[in-house]
Amino acid sequence: MTDHDEPRGAPDTRLDQAAESQAKITAEIRAIEADYRAGRAAGRPEELGPRLDYPPYRSSLLRHPTKSQHLADPETIELFAPVFGERDVSPVEADLTVQHLGEPIGERITVRGRVLDGDARPVRRQLVEIWQANAAGRYLHKRDRHPAPLDPNFTGVGRTLTDDDGWYEFQTIKPGPYPWKNHYKAWRPAHIHFSLFGTDFTQRLVTQMYFPGDPLFPLDPIYQTIPDSDARDRLVASYDHDLTTHEWATGYRWDIVLTGTHRTVFEQDRPEEDE
Amino acid sequence: MTEQLEPTPGQTVGPFFGFALPYPRGNEIVEPGTPGAVRVHGTVTDGAGQPVPDALLEIWGAAPSGEIVRTGGHLRRDGRFTGWGRAETDREGYYWFRTLEPGVTEPGAAPFYAVTLFARGLPDRLFTRAYLPGANGAFLDALGDRRRTVMCEREPDGALRFDIRMQGEGETVFLDFGGYGPRG
Repeated sequence: MTDHDEPRGAPDTRLDQAAESQAKITAEIRAIEADYRAGRAAGRPEELGPRLDYPPYRSSLLRHPTKSQHLADPETIELFAPVFGERDVSPVEADLTVQHLGEPIGERITVRGRVLDGDARPVRRQLVEIWQANAAGRYLHKRDRHPAPLDPNFTGVGRTLTDDDGWYEFQTIKPGPYPWKNHYKAWRPAHIHFSLFGTDFTQRLVTQMYFPGDPLFPLDPIYQTIPDSDARDRLVASYDHDLTTHEWATGYRWDIVLTGTHRTVFEQDRPEEDE
Repeated sequence: MTEQLEPTPGQTVGPFFGFALPYPRGNEIVEPGTPGAVRVHGTVTDGAGQPVPDALLEIWGAAPSGEIVRTGGHLRRDGRFTGWGRAETDREGYYWFRTLEPGVTEPGAAPFYAVTLFARGLPDRLFTRAYLPGANGAFLDALGDRRRTVMCEREPDGALRFDIRMQGEGETVFLDFGGYGPRG
């Protein structure tokens, strides 16, 4: 690492003020992963999710439970998820490029995939929500102070319902990476936030989809909250030339697997369409 | 035996969900003046006891009859009770919902609101339960002293208070439904 990786001038030691170096954060990330790999080699279980206690992600320090989570069998209301109907979502909400008078600036993309449960059953007619930065890496959010341009033709919010085979599809713009204050020169890899529901309340998932080959992956303490590299890879979409359209948009495929259901799904549990 | 797929891991909701996930009347599961309407409210605090101003909560509860609503209408409300709602915390870490009190869905099961918590700085969602005052049962008994962290408190005006402490003294009991498989 060069001295350019250290903050210039007097370090600002206030919390969240980006005083620490990438080298220090990266060393912490590497140490946690090495420990995880050693544990796996010694027979410790796979970790398929993110760690809640992940110190390199500094905002998590005071926000993770310190007591172990209470193992529980889902009961009553937890065995059902809220269902969403056609009147909850307008079809235009799946196309983030047509929500304003003009065309947004950036690389137009199609993102398509299937939502499945742990038994490979499609999650049918269920809500998928996304939000993202614009092509310049700026969110349309009052707390985003990154001095990159807003795009008057891009909001960056989408919703859709999966179809009867669990497929979703969005038209959008490839988001840019953006800086944040976890440490000095912290940049998030480009990503799209996803929010999903299953057929059980316990399957609720909020996650982020990334783009293949991003050089920021090893440096990002949010992507790295998942210590298992195979599990991390599940957050990365693949380029899909079959989804790419002639002279219009490139295509990315990303399937999402929710945790297994606890309740046997019967045909009569299919959500009824609201009138 | 069906094929088993590995789950997609969660990631933090981040700081910028506020322009995307909250929606009009998301926290108003019933209209003002609805018979039986109750305010469910509280504050989310971190391990230093500071309010968490960038958290998102979702609650899900049965109707007073015990019925679980199986139709849509959560995002475009029309005055009918749907049981599900979403609220973001304000600058003081405070949230509120207007809803109905859940009834018994099956004999012997104490009613509760199922609660999901998201926040900047929280790498994955957390689940908990908000039980109605006076609830009893094996689940609560197993929590010992910590059962009070999953109990709503009835306030003099009838509202239900449910504070969430993410860490430290009085830390809320969060639930692991085994979604990611056995944990180390």
